[in-house]
Amino acid sequence: MEKNDLRNIIVSYFDTDAIQDNNQSPASVPAYRVPRERFAEAAKAMKSADARLVAEWAADESAFGRGFGIYACYNKESEYLIVKTYAPLEDLTFPSITKKFIAANRFERQMKSLMGVMPTGHPDLRPWIKHEDWPEDAYPLQKSFDASKPMTRIKGEYQFIKAEGEGVYEIPVGPVHAGIIEPGHFRFQAVGEDIINLEERLGYVHKGIEKRFESLSWIDGVKLAGRVSGDSAVAHSLCYSRALESITGCNPPERALWLRALMLERERTANHLGDIGAIANDAAFTFLLYQFSRLREMLLRTNLKLFGHRFMMDRIIPGGVAVGINNDAKKEIISEMHWLEKEFERLVVIYDENPSLEDRVRDTGVLKPETAKELGVVGFTARASGQAMDCRIQSPFPPYDRIIPKAPVLNSGDVHARAWVRIEEIRESIRIIREIVNNLPEDKTASDFIVPTPDKSGFAVVEGWRGEIVYWIQSGIKGEINRCMVRDPSSVNWLALEQAIHGNIVPDFPLCNKSFNQSYSGHDL
Amino acid sequence: MIRILHQIFRTGIVTEPLPAEAEAEIQELGAKLEDAVRRRFRRSLTIRAVDAGSCNGCELEIHAINNPIYNCERFGIHFTASPRFADMLLVTGPVSRNMEIALKRTYNAAPPPKLVVAVGDCGCNGGIFGESYASLGSIDKAIPVDACIHGCPPAPAAILKGILKAIIGISL
Ligand code: SF4
Repeated sequence: MEKNDLRNIIVSYFDTDAIQDNNQSPASVPAYRVPRERFAEAAKAMKSADARLVAEWAADESAFGRGFGIYACYNKESEYLIVKTYAPLEDLTFPSITKKFIAANRFERQMKSLMGVMPTGHPDLRPWIKHEDWPEDAYPLQKSFDASKPMTRIKGEYQFIKAEGEGVYEIPVGPVHAGIIEPGHFRFQAVGEDIINLEERLGYVHKGIEKRFESLSWIDGVKLAGRVSGDSAVAHSLCYSRALESITGCNPPERALWLRALMLERERTANHLGDIGAIANDAAFTFLLYQFSRLREMLLRTNLKLFGHRFMMDRIIPGGVAVGINNDAKKEIISEMHWLEKEFERLVVIYDENPSLEDRVRDTGVLKPETAKELGVVGFTARASGQAMDCRIQSPFPPYDRIIPKAPVLNSGDVHARAWVRIEEIRESIRIIREIVNNLPEDKTASDFIVPTPDKSGFAVVEGWRGEIVYWIQSGIKGEINRCMVRDPSSVNWLALEQAIHGNIVPDFPLCNKSFNQSYSGHDL
Repeated sequence: MIRILHQIFRTGIVTEPLPAEAEAEIQELGAKLEDAVRRRFRRSLTIRAVDAGSCNGCELEIHAINNPIYNCERFGIHFTASPRFADMLLVTGPVSRNMEIALKRTYNAAPPPKLVVAVGDCGCNGGIFGESYASLGSIDKAIPVDACIHGCPPAPAAILKGILKAIIGISL
């Protein structure tokens, strides 16, 4: 049964002031337009209904003669709902909802920085993603911005938050880090070994992805989506495709849906394997790193052999999938899962019984359940901090409506919980992969691609290995990509690291950070 | 402990010869290589990896050359945290504008003689991200590049091969 709590609240609260937007798909995710001055009131109503802010974004809709669209998406259990309003060209402002939802803080800074819409009442208007040496009036997501030219560099300095007091010192780290990882800057304030504050500064790998979408065809867009965060190639390209299919009404064949889930679970398993090893490594237990990376490598090789790409990039296409598997391939996957399960369980025992590892991962980097809820974090990070959420369960597409995943939930919120949730998820993924392979329906692997008509918007969520990925796409006056909003799980989960690190010691930072393993590229776009 | 030892013995040595064509090429380059690494880098090549705006896909494959199957250490290759110790920079991504300065600084911090290898299509030619307000469109637009390894992402064996070739390239 579909729940309509949020919809009922908006409709009864706003009455005729809330107008449903008929151009928004799918029908299960309605969009309501409210007067601009009441935008924050809607946030308040959503907050009191215990909803979570999923994303907030803007779109330049001047080509349609209606200024800039301002959007906020809310979720409660299985229900997603979008509240929108317009800011006219002569007054690009909207009421900030940061006071209601912490996650809005960075969303709105980003909207201001890249789209040039001003959130009035926002307490912190320092730019986000846009670095201090960009020309101030450069708003790349505005249609009038010429994205093909390099920008001049101006002088400027980012103002970090300062902590003062006797014995407080600052440690700046990055953007280039010690390991083979993505770049970002962390500013610690510490007393002795204890971290009293951490401030993240990201944006280093911003390469203009959202703007780039607008210059691509719908078909090429899926390739870019697969490279928003290379470790989540399947999940991102799937989410993009589903959002697009929601606009065009294209239904991929049953077999394609199952193969998509197969690839999604393989991606989840490979990433979880690599990360559990890496967490152990950051606690100085190298043995597990090598063991787990061996298992991961074997999965990637099977991917290459059966799907033609180690990360299965470009294997999901709008309308279906670009892979086919025959009976030999099925047998190979089944025997691979048999092998993996055995090897994996042996390593899990070693992980579980190692006292020195336990000492490092327990009670380290605790994200309390109430903080997790307040921030609106998603994915395994949320599940390790008491939040039972998983889009595969709450917003399932076949075969997840039949093969229902069990989402493990732990309450301790520490490094161990984040690792253990992922151990449980690997077990579930192995089960799901087997069920998919054993029951794979016979059918085509793709339906014909349908080009969207002008001025339609589509929405989709997909549970990638990090958590809920969100795409909102909009077609322009010629049916082209007018806007493609990407919300990686990291966009909200980065906030959680800042909270979880309080009171930990500086040398534990790499371990904590690894246990979240957030995407820089998916965040910076 | 006993379980750990068991697992180690059960696993054995999993390091593989590289795929036949790569291996053949390496055999061929082998003699020169040994000489080059010995002469120029005193038997070990130290790499600093720099992400200059990648999607993280290339990083994952650079990680993979460290796994026990590709085991880059057998060639005397290892990764360092500081550019000060680096003989080679392995750079990924199309060079985001926000990383340009940090990349140049890292390059300047590495002592000569230094090699720069661009890993992945977007490091070589901008790839899918191309050239824009936020992306320079290739690594050689920011710092001199000695060799390019194509692929999106290049497979671990291709990365290893590319590194080895780059070393020989400068000693020829
Ligand atoms: S080459 Fe491909 S995999 Fe590598 S960083 Fe670029 S887009 Fe990602």
